[in-house]
This record gives sequence, C-alpha cells and structure tokens, in this order.
Amino acid sequence: MYNQTEIIKDTTELGPEGELVINIGPQHPATHGVLHLVVTLNGETIKKIEPHLGYIHRSIEKMCESLTYRQFIYVTSRMDYLSSHINNTACALLIEKGLQIEVPERAKVVRTILNELTRIASHELWIGAMAMDLGAFTPFFYAFREREMITDIMEDTCGARLTMNYIVPGGLMYDIHPDFQTKVKAFVKQFKEKVTEYEDLVTGNIIFQSRTKGVGVLTAQDAISYGCTGPVARASGVSCDMRKIAPYDAYDRVEFDEVIETTGDSFARYIVRVKEMNQSIRIIEQLIDNIPEGEFVGKTKNVLKLAKGEFYQRVETARGELGIYIVSEGATTPYRIKFRSPGFSNLSVLNHIAKGSKIGDLMATMGTLDLVIPDIDR
Amino acid sequence: MFLKDYISDVVNGVSSLLKGMRKTGYYFTHSKEIITEQYPDNRATLKLADRFKGEVVMPHDENNEHTCTGCTACELACPNGTIKIITKFDITPEGKKKKAIDAFIYRLEMCTLCNLCITACPSDAIKMLPNFEHSVFDRSKLTKILNKPGSKIKEGIE
Repeated sequence: MYNQTEIIKDTTELGPEGELVINIGPQHPATHGVLHLVVTLNGETIKKIEPHLGYIHRSIEKMCESLTYRQFIYVTSRMDYLSSHINNTACALLIEKGLQIEVPERAKVVRTILNELTRIASHELWIGAMAMDLGAFTPFFYAFREREMITDIMEDTCGARLTMNYIVPGGLMYDIHPDFQTKVKAFVKQFKEKVTEYEDLVTGNIIFQSRTKGVGVLTAQDAISYGCTGPVARASGVSCDMRKIAPYDAYDRVEFDEVIETTGDSFARYIVRVKEMNQSIRIIEQLIDNIPEGEFVGKTKNVLKLAKGEFYQRVETARGELGIYIVSEGATTPYRIKFRSPGFSNLSVLNHIAKGSKIGDLMATMGTLDLVIPDIDR
Repeated sequence: MFLKDYISDVVNGVSSLLKGMRKTGYYFTHSKEIITEQYPDNRATLKLADRFKGEVVMPHDENNEHTCTGCTACELACPNGTIKIITKFDITPEGKKKKAIDAFIYRLEMCTLCNLCITACPSDAIKMLPNFEHSVFDRSKLTKILNKPGSKIKEGIE
C-alpha cells in the first residue's frame, strides 16, 4: 500500500535534465480511442510509458450485476465492440454451463461461423487502422470493402451491424436468414481473391517492413509473465489459443492450425493476424455446408437462476482470451461478475517492449498490440 | 559494398511501391468495381435488411386494433427501462371489467435496440422496423406513445 504523500511525491518529482514528458491522448488520432499515454522521453528515445485509464469507464461489471442473466448479455457487446459476438457467446456459454442447458447443434454451428466472421471483421479493421497509423491511407478502404460484406451478413441475420445481441442462453435469438449460406459463400470466395491485394499493398511494402521488423520485440517469457494472450502472445511463440486448449461450440469438430510465429516483433504480430484470417476462412468453409437442421434454441426456463457457486468460462476473442467469472447467490442476478479482458494485459506490456525505442516506433508497437480501449477500461 | 546495398534497397523499394501503386491504379481505371454508396443522395434506392433493428413499433390493423394485452412482459424484459406501460380497465358489453393498455410509452433515446422486448412479447404486439434516421431537434420528441389514439385490443386476444 502507498500512502497519500508518496503518491503525490511520485507524480510531482521533476525528471533529470534533458527529460521531456509528453501526453499522447486522450484525444489523439493515433490512439484509436480515449487512451492517455504519458511518455517520458530522452531526446527521441522512450524512457517510460505510463498509460492512464478511466476516460471511458462505464462500470460495466456493476451494471451487469443489476441485470438478469438474459439482460446482461447486451452490455458485453459494448466492451470489446469489434468482437461483440464472441463476448455474447462467452456469456451464453457460461449460463448454459451453469444451468446445464442443451444447446442444439444448429445453434452451435451457426455461432461458430458468426464468431469466425467477427474475428475476420476485427482483423480487417485492424489491418486498415494499423496501416493508417504507419502512414498508408489506401489499405484502410481495401480492408473495409471486405469488412462491409461481413457487416451486411450480420445485418441480414442478426439485425445490427456492430452490437448484434444475437446470442441468447440456449442458442440463438432467431433463425438464420434464408440467404445466410449463399452470402457467406460469396464472401469466402471474394475474400480468397482479394486477400492477395493486402499482400501486395502492405506485407510486401518495403516501408511497412522496415517500420515493423525488429520493432517492439516481445520474448515468449515476457509474454507469459505479463499475461499476454491472443495474436500478441502467439507472435512470440506462446501457444494460447482457447479454441484449441478448451474447445467450445463447434470448434472441436473443425480442423484449423494455431498460427504461431517466433520472432515476436511487430511484423510477426501482423503476419499472425493475416494468417489467422485464412484459418478462420478454413473453419467457415468446413461448416457452412453442414449446418444441421433443427431447432435454433434449446428449451430454457422463463426466469433463469444460476445455482449458488462460482462459474468461469473463457473464449478466444479477436484480441485474446476473454474470461468471465460469476459468483452466484442463487438469485436472478449475478452477485459478482468479473471480466478478464485481453486488452488490459496486452496494454500492460507496452511499457516493457517500447522502452528504449524511438517515439516513431511507438505507433507501430501500439498498433500491433490491437488495443480496443472500451475493452481495457470497462 | 555499401553502394551495392544502397542501390538494391532503392530498387527493391521502388519495385514494392510500384506493385502497390498498380493495385491503386487498377481501381482508378475500373470505376465500376468501386462499391462506395453515396448515402444521402441514394435515399430512393437505399434498402436496409428486413431484420434491421431501428425502432420499436406497434402494428395496427385497418380497424385501428392492436394485439397488446398490457401484460408488461416487455417492460420486465427491457434492460434499461425503455418501455413503460400504463394500464386501465375497460368495461365490456357484458358489464365486466377488462384490462387494457392506456399508453404504451416507448423512449427511443434510452433504447439499445437489443430486441429482448420483441422476443418476450407473447402476443406479437410489437416489432422492430428498419428506420434509422431518428435525429430530431428536441429530445422530448423521442418519447413516443406507440398505441394510436382511439385504438383498442383485437377481439379474441387474451
């Protein structure tokens, strides 16, 4: 525990001669949201980065505690809005585990397809935004062209483009749109043709390579000790894919590779995400023709009550491992709910990997961590 | 040696840039493949998905009748108090009292369009419409009463 005087002393202490403290954010175009970084510089070299959080705190955990088990799912879409579908799935899986609800096969398969589409959409947006951080404007529009097809599919089936709220405990809210299969197939076809354009535009570009290769190197040991998950850890050679370790929904019956790179620099994190999109396409191709017929929602009681005890469920979002922990007292609302969000631990490593590099490289390092601020700051 | 590296760097750099520029040039000359929609000008042809969740409405038939019984299932299902139902008691021709809605108050400014009220409704009295241009100059205009004046419940709905 710090006492008050120590904290005040810490912040008011003046640095040695030649040190410069600058604030990046909270409203800065390169931070993708209201992230506030206090960067201590020596010339152009970064000495320390201190992220300040709290600008978009909405107390989502407390909000969820006052809502019933059916109602709180929609709030989790607002945490990591780029993988809102996967967040909703995590909540539904937890409640299904707690109440031992049988989920129909059709719902499981559709959920898996939609989760993978969400992952592709998230990585597409990331590629566009990342290239824009590094000064390339055009890839943003190319990435959004394919992402637009996914949002159209979501709009048709779920009724919304970003915060879907399509998953309910027991299955899906309503059945998939009749055009769902043909539209997804058209998307898969187009994506396979157009993904080479990213390679031409971004991956092979010499400016992009020289700005990302060897920048922000994260070793496997540090990735584990900082609790990094998702593409950030997999780029450092840590195997941490929840879809492989603890399969949920239909992931146990599909074949896909866990993408692992070993260099751990910003370029490796980029490559992992591009390859992951191809693996997602592979999963979708295996499932899209085999959606089983039948019910789309299992039988549930009208009022859901979790038994007294503790429940935990983890899933793989586009950014890493999302864990949901619920303490139930047997009432209709959770007694305590806690989200272990991937963005928070991925942000905590930023000071470690950006220390000693130039301030221009900070954008490449921060961009490849794929930070979504509402996910960090719930 | 240094000169050789320098020249190869320049050649590689220029060739990788040209590769990217070729893609850009392709779309510059093939304007039919561009998919941008000019939103405010294309209102006449703009078509949203049927299931798009825009706002909650209560459908009325030609006799100005709806199917809402005032059971408040939607009010209970709503996570943030968007819906408020005020009920009254109608006198039927037989002289009995019958529960009916007086006002179905829907506050669009608080609605998150989560669709939970629609799935909770036992008599399909409300539904989502794909309207999305909701901006008004006064916030009070967003508080709507969904049942039309003089409307009553359809025969045979309990």
